[in-house]
Amino acid sequence: MKITFDWLKDHLTTKLNEEQLLEKLTNIGLEVEAVQNLSIGLEKFKIAKIINTQRHPNADRLKLCDVNVGEKELKKVVCGADNAREGLITIYAYPGAIVPKTKTRLEVTKIRGVTSFGMLCSESELNLSDESQGIVELNSKKYEKNIGKSYFRKLNSNLIDLSITPNRPDCLGFRGIARDLAASGFGKLKYNKNKKINSKLKQYINVKIKKEKSQGCSIFGSCLIKNVKNTESPQWLKDKLISLGQKPISAIVDITNYVMLDINRPLHAYDADKISKGIIVRNSKSGEEFIALDNKQYKLENGMCVISDDKGVLGLGGIIGGTRSSTEFNTKNILLESAYFSPGSIRDTAKKLNIDTDAKFRFERGIDPLSIEDGLNKAAFLIRDICGGEISKIDIQRVGVHKKKVINFNPSTFKRITGFSISSKEMFKILQNLGFMIKKEKKNLRLEIPSWRPDVIGEIDVIEELVRISGYEKIKTLNPVKERIKPTLNRSQKLFHFMQRAIASKGYLEAITWSFTDSNYNNYFRGTNKEIKILNPISSELAVLRNSIFSNLIMYLNKNLDRGFKDLSIFEIGPIFTGNNPGQQNTVICALSAGKKSRSSWIEKERNVDIFDVKRDVVQTLVEAGFNSDNFFIDSETPNYFHPGKSGRLFLNKAKENVVAYFGEIHPTILKDLNLKTESLVGFEIFLDNLKFPKKTLNDQKTKFDVSDFQKSERDFAFIVSKEIKAQDLINAVSSVDKKLISNIKIFDVYEGENIPKDQKSIAINVTIQSFEKTLNDNDLENINNQIIDTVENKTGAKIRS
Amino acid sequence: MSDIKKIKDEFFQKLKGNLNLPELNEIKSNLFGKNGIISLQFKKIGSISENDRKKFASDLNKIKNELQDLINNKYNEIQNAEINKKLEKEKIDVTLPERNFVRGKIHPVSQTIDEISSIFSEIGFSVEEGPDVENEYNNFTALNTPDNHPARDMHDTFYLDEKRDKLLRTHTSPVQVRTMLNDKPPFKIIAPGRTYRSDSDQTHSPMFHQVEGLHIDKDINMGHLKGCLNYFIKEFFEVEKIRIRFRPSHFPFTEPSAEVDIGYEIKDGKIKIGEGDKWLEILGCGMVHPNVLKNVNVNPNHFQGYAFGIGIDRLAMLKYGINDLRSFFDCDYRWLNHFGFDPLDVPTNYRGLSR
Repeated sequence: MKITFDWLKDHLTTKLNEEQLLEKLTNIGLEVEAVQNLSIGLEKFKIAKIINTQRHPNADRLKLCDVNVGEKELKKVVCGADNAREGLITIYAYPGAIVPKTKTRLEVTKIRGVTSFGMLCSESELNLSDESQGIVELNSKKYEKNIGKSYFRKLNSNLIDLSITPNRPDCLGFRGIARDLAASGFGKLKYNKNKKINSKLKQYINVKIKKEKSQGCSIFGSCLIKNVKNTESPQWLKDKLISLGQKPISAIVDITNYVMLDINRPLHAYDADKISKGIIVRNSKSGEEFIALDNKQYKLENGMCVISDDKGVLGLGGIIGGTRSSTEFNTKNILLESAYFSPGSIRDTAKKLNIDTDAKFRFERGIDPLSIEDGLNKAAFLIRDICGGEISKIDIQRVGVHKKKVINFNPSTFKRITGFSISSKEMFKILQNLGFMIKKEKKNLRLEIPSWRPDVIGEIDVIEELVRISGYEKIKTLNPVKERIKPTLNRSQKLFHFMQRAIASKGYLEAITWSFTDSNYNNYFRGTNKEIKILNPISSELAVLRNSIFSNLIMYLNKNLDRGFKDLSIFEIGPIFTGNNPGQQNTVICALSAGKKSRSSWIEKERNVDIFDVKRDVVQTLVEAGFNSDNFFIDSETPNYFHPGKSGRLFLNKAKENVVAYFGEIHPTILKDLNLKTESLVGFEIFLDNLKFPKKTLNDQKTKFDVSDFQKSERDFAFIVSKEIKAQDLINAVSSVDKKLISNIKIFDVYEGENIPKDQKSIAINVTIQSFEKTLNDNDLENINNQIIDTVENKTGAKIRS
Repeated sequence: MSDIKKIKDEFFQKLKGNLNLPELNEIKSNLFGKNGIISLQFKKIGSISENDRKKFASDLNKIKNELQDLINNKYNEIQNAEINKKLEKEKIDVTLPERNFVRGKIHPVSQTIDEISSIFSEIGFSVEEGPDVENEYNNFTALNTPDNHPARDMHDTFYLDEKRDKLLRTHTSPVQVRTMLNDKPPFKIIAPGRTYRSDSDQTHSPMFHQVEGLHIDKDINMGHLKGCLNYFIKEFFEVEKIRIRFRPSHFPFTEPSAEVDIGYEIKDGKIKIGEGDKWLEILGCGMVHPNVLKNVNVNPNHFQGYAFGIGIDRLAMLKYGINDLRSFFDCDYRWLNHFGFDPLDVPTNYRGLSR
């Protein structure tokens, strides 16, 4: 809502200044968003006279004009308007002026090789009207003596832009704002005596509100003004509208706008002669059409509230009128409508048809149903004063009755909610000033709610009014109690934060990307999940919820590669989605690492990042988080976005209940399709929701500190095994021999090739043997050696290499 | 007697000369080996007359110790000489770069969430979470925002089904609903997380982060709300003095509602939070509306309290001088490196929120 202090003063007597006004408005919940001086720069638009014109040497349609702008020298201006001619008095804009319509700044420019100093303006460019054909033509009698003077009058009131919350329709008019200000002590609300229509002329156009289910209109007031002469608005009215940045159109339209802005009472003016046989307010039928004042054709659905006559729809009640019955400059007889439409019905219709108008904005928030006559009285008299004519009696049709809302208010609830108290006298004063009728009933107050306050329904709304007008600065600050009832984080939240930092500490930069993604990218990483579409995406590239974080991460990784980075490690921790129901999501850590390790290093040999880099990051992170790597089980079944031979999945144990992680090289086809230029791309996913916690805490899991001081021995073995056999199988076989004696197993060589049969490989392991009871003698060791060899050979089909 | 003296003189002489390691080893073995000169002398002790035995043994031991010391010194000398010789050769350019290291970073939004959690943890809030996909009831209806409420216009909602029942939550407030439905009062929680609105320009991004706060108990009033948020704002911005203003506003799910502004000024092109004369809105809050409490089966006659919602990204921007909201989600390597935090910088109360 845009206001000026000047206009407010029509309703408010105050000695305070604008600065105090701004502070007060914000303090009572009518937030000041911006203050603008509309006059700034307007002095750059001068009344000017074209002295001479000639054709532009390089363009048939352009003219070179010499313009008298009140200075000694004439200005040379290039102009394309047909009506630019010698002797015309028009409006000239200096270079540096901001064109009101386009908000662009004029510069001295060359147009087809000829320099133009400034511009001659059209009405549309100055927001004076929609007329864009030709430049402004000013009456030479009136303006001849004003050449060189500023065209616009200086406005003395700043434009104040208020952010009115949706619960306060009453403050969409000056009267309502003034009432709030007066209640808060900022001056006194003026008593504006409204003249009432007293006419013998009948309103002869028959109006009928059809009684039907979900009728959106409950009251329809109207009056006729006969034999008017629609004209330009008088200066005071134009000035009022211009001061709010609005464009005057014609007296009739300007008056209805003025009344709407002044007391938040939307009105609609029909050309009465264009209404065929009376008005019927009814629900629309599917397929009905009409052309609205925005010059668009609307096709209606069933059940929209329309104003119609026997020829069809005239307009959408409370939203927008139609062209068929619109007023024009030659309109003779006017029917003025002042009605009440229900917010729900308005909102439904506007949403379905996607229309947003000032009237709709007001009606959907709730218009004062008792303002119907005020609006008609105010507007009709103004029309008669400006356009002449004769006013008819007011006709009011209604279905149903308006009930007064009453609240029983217990004053003690005020302190319970706000923590401070105000005197009963103060309470009365505030409520009365806001328009409440108060009756004392024992401890309670019986409050009659003003008709313009649809938001006040219960006690809590009354408390809000009282605390808002008293001022929030009165609320005492109670310091918080430093007492914790529950741990701040639960175990899975702790794990989340731990893992997040554990991954980052391994050289990954944390990224946060959208939860939605490009369906093309998503398809590469969707696996067997269903695609989850967003009904109304912000763009086609962000049209689905992500089934994996990889889609976004790989896209952004690619952008960074394009920026010239080669060695990149990024990760994200966040949700992926498996369905469109609440809860069908998992928390995942997803990481990508591209390029080389030790690139161009003087000391270390560079190499591509590989699967064992990411495997380390996964395993180390899990170990740091408290999971026992001795139990981990790994196999090579992975989703299709990984390299089928160079990727793995990890389980916390052999039971293989839930996949905890995937890791490996990204499938080369994806790199090719997405045009990723990197030497190597590896990545991993850790599924946090699949990490089952041990029942004990990490602290309880720790066993007694127990170490052996007896001598330990190390033995090396080399086995020849089939290529199908996994290192994990070999290690498991060795450790199964004697879990007490075998304290460590290390693989120190894997070899395929010469001297090894095809389909087989050699794996060399180092085994540490140590007893807690004694120093092992040669015999003992020999025994274990043999057992190890036997077991491995039996379990894996390996042969010891001799 | 003279034997021992002779041995001593002879070997003292030898050990004074320039010896290398094998020569020294040979001398040692000649003296103390199985059949070494000294070893043989010891074997003689038994055959010496009782009168002389004591003195002989004592002299022999003395010489043995002297020779051993001499040999050990010589060993040291040789080893030191070798080390010194090696050191002469071993000189490198220490200004050559160290082995590569990589440094990971924590995203400023994550860091800010940790800071916020740390502050609220101090005053007894615990952290709750909720799903990103919500139903229309939890996101709007339960929060006193029925279908035709104009306040829904402020939320440009992403929908996931034709019936417009499934949506991406437009705020973290549905976590309030879930928390209260699942448990009994009192409640004292914060809920940080991702939120979504179909809005995209310089200052809006279709995804952003909020933290919801909720404190419900028997007698929690607006004074507690003011105290809690004053505390949070001072702790979070880590400035000595900061101007804070509560002003009335409207949200369907709280009443009375407030928006909170903090003071700031622009100094050398950078925003400075604290005592400046300009106001900046940073959060919305209010007393939980009785209708909301009824919807989650909490009796508003017995329990009451406040709720608040804060834009996390905006807080991070203000505290860490980040200008463009959209850069948070652009994943530019340079930006992540520049604004990211070291993973070891865990915000805690005792070590401080930030360094």
